[in-house]
Amino acid sequence: MTNHRVRRPGVRVDFDKPLTFSFDGQAYDGFAGDTLASALLANGVRMLARSFKYGRPRGIVGIGPEEPNALMQIETGAHTIPNLKATQVELYDGLVARRTTGWPTLEFDLKSVGGLFSRFMPAGFYYKTFQNQKLWPKFEHIIRQAAGYGSAPSEPDPETYDHSHRHAQVVIVGGGASGLLAALLAGRAGLKVVLLDEQNECGGWLLSSPQSVIGGEQARAWLKSAVGELQSMPNVQVLTRTSAFALHDMNLVLAVEQLQDHLPIADRVAHQPRQRLHRIRAERVVLATGAIERPLVFGNNDVPGIMTASALTTYLNRYGVAVGKRVLLQTSNDHAYQGSADLARAGCEVVLADTRTRINPAWEKRVRAAGVDVRTGFGIAFARGRRAVTGAQLVKLDAQRNAIVASGPSIDCDALGSSGGLSPTVHLYCHDGGRPHWDEERLAFVVPEAGRAKSGIYAVGAVTGEFGLQNALEQTVRVMRDVLGSLGKSTPTSSDNLGTDEPEATPARRIFRVPDGRAEGHGKKAFVDFQNDVSAADIHLAVRENYRSIEHIKRYTALGFGTDQGKLSNVNGFAIAAHALGRSIPEVGTTTYRPAYSPVTFGTLAGAHAGDTFEPRRYSPMHAAHIARGAEFEPVGQWLRPWYFPKTGEDMHAAVRRECLAARRGVGIMDASTLGKIDLRGKDVREFLNRVYANAWTQLAPGKCRYGLMLDENGMVMDDGVTACIADNHFVMTTTTGGAARVMTWLEKWHQTEWPDLDVYMTSVTDHWATAAVVGPKSRQVLAKICSDIDLSPSAFKFMDWREGTVAGVPARVFRISFSGELAFEVNVDANYGHHVWEALMEAGREFDITPYGTETMHVLRAEKGFIIVGQDTDGSMTPLDLDMAWAVGMKKPFSFIGKRSFARSDTAGPNRKQLVGLLTDDPQVVLAEGAQIIERADAKPPAAMLGHVTSSYYSPELDRSIALAVVRDGIARRSEDGRKSGRDVLYAYAGGKAHKVTVVSPVFVDPKGDRQNV
Amino acid sequence: MFVLFCPHCGEKREEEEFGYGGEAFIPRPATPEALDDEAWGDYLFMRKNPKGWHWEMWSHNTGCRKFFVVKRNTATNAIAGSWTLAEGRKAYDAEGGST
Repeated sequence: MTNHRVRRPGVRVDFDKPLTFSFDGQAYDGFAGDTLASALLANGVRMLARSFKYGRPRGIVGIGPEEPNALMQIETGAHTIPNLKATQVELYDGLVARRTTGWPTLEFDLKSVGGLFSRFMPAGFYYKTFQNQKLWPKFEHIIRQAAGYGSAPSEPDPETYDHSHRHAQVVIVGGGASGLLAALLAGRAGLKVVLLDEQNECGGWLLSSPQSVIGGEQARAWLKSAVGELQSMPNVQVLTRTSAFALHDMNLVLAVEQLQDHLPIADRVAHQPRQRLHRIRAERVVLATGAIERPLVFGNNDVPGIMTASALTTYLNRYGVAVGKRVLLQTSNDHAYQGSADLARAGCEVVLADTRTRINPAWEKRVRAAGVDVRTGFGIAFARGRRAVTGAQLVKLDAQRNAIVASGPSIDCDALGSSGGLSPTVHLYCHDGGRPHWDEERLAFVVPEAGRAKSGIYAVGAVTGEFGLQNALEQTVRVMRDVLGSLGKSTPTSSDNLGTDEPEATPARRIFRVPDGRAEGHGKKAFVDFQNDVSAADIHLAVRENYRSIEHIKRYTALGFGTDQGKLSNVNGFAIAAHALGRSIPEVGTTTYRPAYSPVTFGTLAGAHAGDTFEPRRYSPMHAAHIARGAEFEPVGQWLRPWYFPKTGEDMHAAVRRECLAARRGVGIMDASTLGKIDLRGKDVREFLNRVYANAWTQLAPGKCRYGLMLDENGMVMDDGVTACIADNHFVMTTTTGGAARVMTWLEKWHQTEWPDLDVYMTSVTDHWATAAVVGPKSRQVLAKICSDIDLSPSAFKFMDWREGTVAGVPARVFRISFSGELAFEVNVDANYGHHVWEALMEAGREFDITPYGTETMHVLRAEKGFIIVGQDTDGSMTPLDLDMAWAVGMKKPFSFIGKRSFARSDTAGPNRKQLVGLLTDDPQVVLAEGAQIIERADAKPPAAMLGHVTSSYYSPELDRSIALAVVRDGIARRSEDGRKSGRDVLYAYAGGKAHKVTVVSPVFVDPKGDRQNV
Repeated sequence: MFVLFCPHCGEKREEEEFGYGGEAFIPRPATPEALDDEAWGDYLFMRKNPKGWHWEMWSHNTGCRKFFVVKRNTATNAIAGSWTLAEGRKAYDAEGGST
């Protein structure tokens, strides 16, 4: 234990609960209630980071999410988390932390050697250096390693995460004095209230300033009773360790609750989530998000031991840590005064330099009584020290202008705190479109206290610029009266005594950059954004190089780009940019505040939607049968479909070859249950089909089926499938497996918005039916064994007919349709009978060696026949004519069906369109890569004209050679058929660095006349 | 993520239950063949795309599966109301059918 610890009343660490932890492999002591930052400071650890560009030593600056330097890698292995801020990590026994910056080591950072990089890395360094993009790949690795920052875990996350969806009448963000009072008032009115606070306990600044007084009692007593009262109200929920990180449309608050991060890993409850994402829809949102103190900008202001003044005070009062013995404070306002007195009473030697010449007499009296040496009209020109601050050079400032009038004393110190004022935490207010406005009196971008009352968003306390405790509390009562009134609750007559002992505030001095008497860029480096090494000189340089918009200056200098998102630096940066531009701060404005307020881990955003539960998985009714037969599966949309059925020792190629030949020469069976099915009823269904399909449906009689092409209004193919006429007012449509939901919505939209007069009722019945396709020359013999009430003879049951009957003892609809070009029967039964019927067909087919096949064989069989897969062989720019499928378009239909008019548009009707063709490689053993580009000459050099690409490519066992489908410009006219040559049919397919010679042919490779399916 | 009122179900529900249906009140020409390419192109492609109030369709995908009309401000996501297609058409026409 070092002598940095101070036992003070109101300290929130428990000195009876010592803990040990390690940082960079060295063991240290701390106490329960510490953060990693407070424990490191208590152990005298000053330098714990190296800066991004220059490798300068850096220490802790803040106390919360604003911390720019102390980024830590917490824990190891699967539990490791990069870039947590030490100021936000609650200490637990056994915690393991490592630095994330400093290369090759923290003690010796190569970037810092002789300021080597400083001269060469001005603002815009990366833009300027890597304009030549060829250099970037060479240097990226080195730069990333040197720049540092943590490492993502390489193992799967062992933790689980949870989502909670909820509604509340009032959500209050921030559990400081104002937020607590707001929650009390809303809770007492009986409203359903949720109070969110990111820290491990409520209190906000009261925890840093326990000497404050509310209503005649010490603030910590008021705090205790307020929290106790809230916890006793069943209608109020207080969530601590819960950071509201986004406010979206219509008062949707997103917050992440840390449930187990503060526990030693061994003590975490397995199967309980590490974090929970709350999605809270609120009738009213009250932002009590407070403010973050910003430091002043001066030379060498980044030396370890230099912090915000409030951080020095908070480490003392909340954590019992005196960062130094000899403390120099610099302020432009009243906020640092209470802290200076606290530090002096704790035994520190304190000098308080106030940049103002007229200071607050009440405060001066109080702090002088505590022993503080107050110097008025002084600023810090620069600090001294390299790895730890050793002192500072003061300068006498002009009372009005931001200029030096005389030199000042040099003061030795081992801790230095500065306060340039408070920057309200306006982020959430701005997430859904609000803009903060500049308050010149308070020198802050603030949220109006009325918030956006019309949207139900209000603000109280420091976020509105009410920095004084008493004013903030009075304002909270006032605003909550409006909030409660808007929810129909009577105005509360508060009996609370909210009086404080604060002196009335004296105006702050308008100062951001303390002058050092030299032109910007010629004195000591004065940092604005510590995490990205952005100095005041960099901002001036950006302006000199003619950047005008603050958004551009931000991107050029990287101001506010770090994991702290400029919480400490932005306002100073805006003010310095405004000065350089010769404009006012409100004219320059702010950059855009976007969610998330502070980093949120991906696991929390995903919640339970990860791994097996990432999305729903759909299985066919026959799934168990496929598992039993050793199928390999592939995902098709949400469905898991059999891919192929390998026998012992077979690879995919061998299995698919066997399956294909079985279907072509014997009998195969495929599970087609996943096809989308829509049941359409009503007297106008036929007319409806005429309008939504390219085909004509008027003549389709009950008992018949037809293949249809569905087009969008641009005339492009969007889906296809077979529709059966069950009765004159009843049809069943099938869609592609992946298009089922889209087609359903498409049909409903046309029916509801354009043709509500049509009598049509649509029901998705995809999951109601199980479908087994029995395919091959012997399929009739197989089906005949277990179906006796349908006449299966070719004359009675023709191709494209369907029949109702009984298969394997259950009611069935049997369709004579074929996606393979072979004789085939698709047996549809109630999904509950699917497995039974599949097994019955397998048993019936045993004597014919019936062979189950999956999607791969299905694809080979259909490609051999030139049957398209919508979305694979088409891409939303293919018309039926491009597919050579004019036979599926009913141009004579009286109604101008969807897409028809677009056929006549100049581009659709024009020449040189990409069209579907077959390709045969010169070398029959070469299977082209799908996606291979089609080019005219083998020796073409880029940029060569790309005529099209390969859409489907397989090895055909039936032909014992490779085949491919492709879309090629003017492809149909290029085809060579029956030995005739077009003269333009020789092209090259380029893939993998090689151009393969191909011949353009008809896409129908097998049985071009279609005899086989008509037997 | 906002909340929409479905005029068919009579309830306010989360946006994730709904699907966007595009700009409302673009009737399909009764005789497409009578239009020249430019007029047909306007029907196919030209949309108001305003910054501000926008009449648009939504469908209650995981609810009643009905399309309805919403008047939404594209800049602020403020919602002026939800109507059935027929009632929405009346409201749209009442304000001149332009904005």
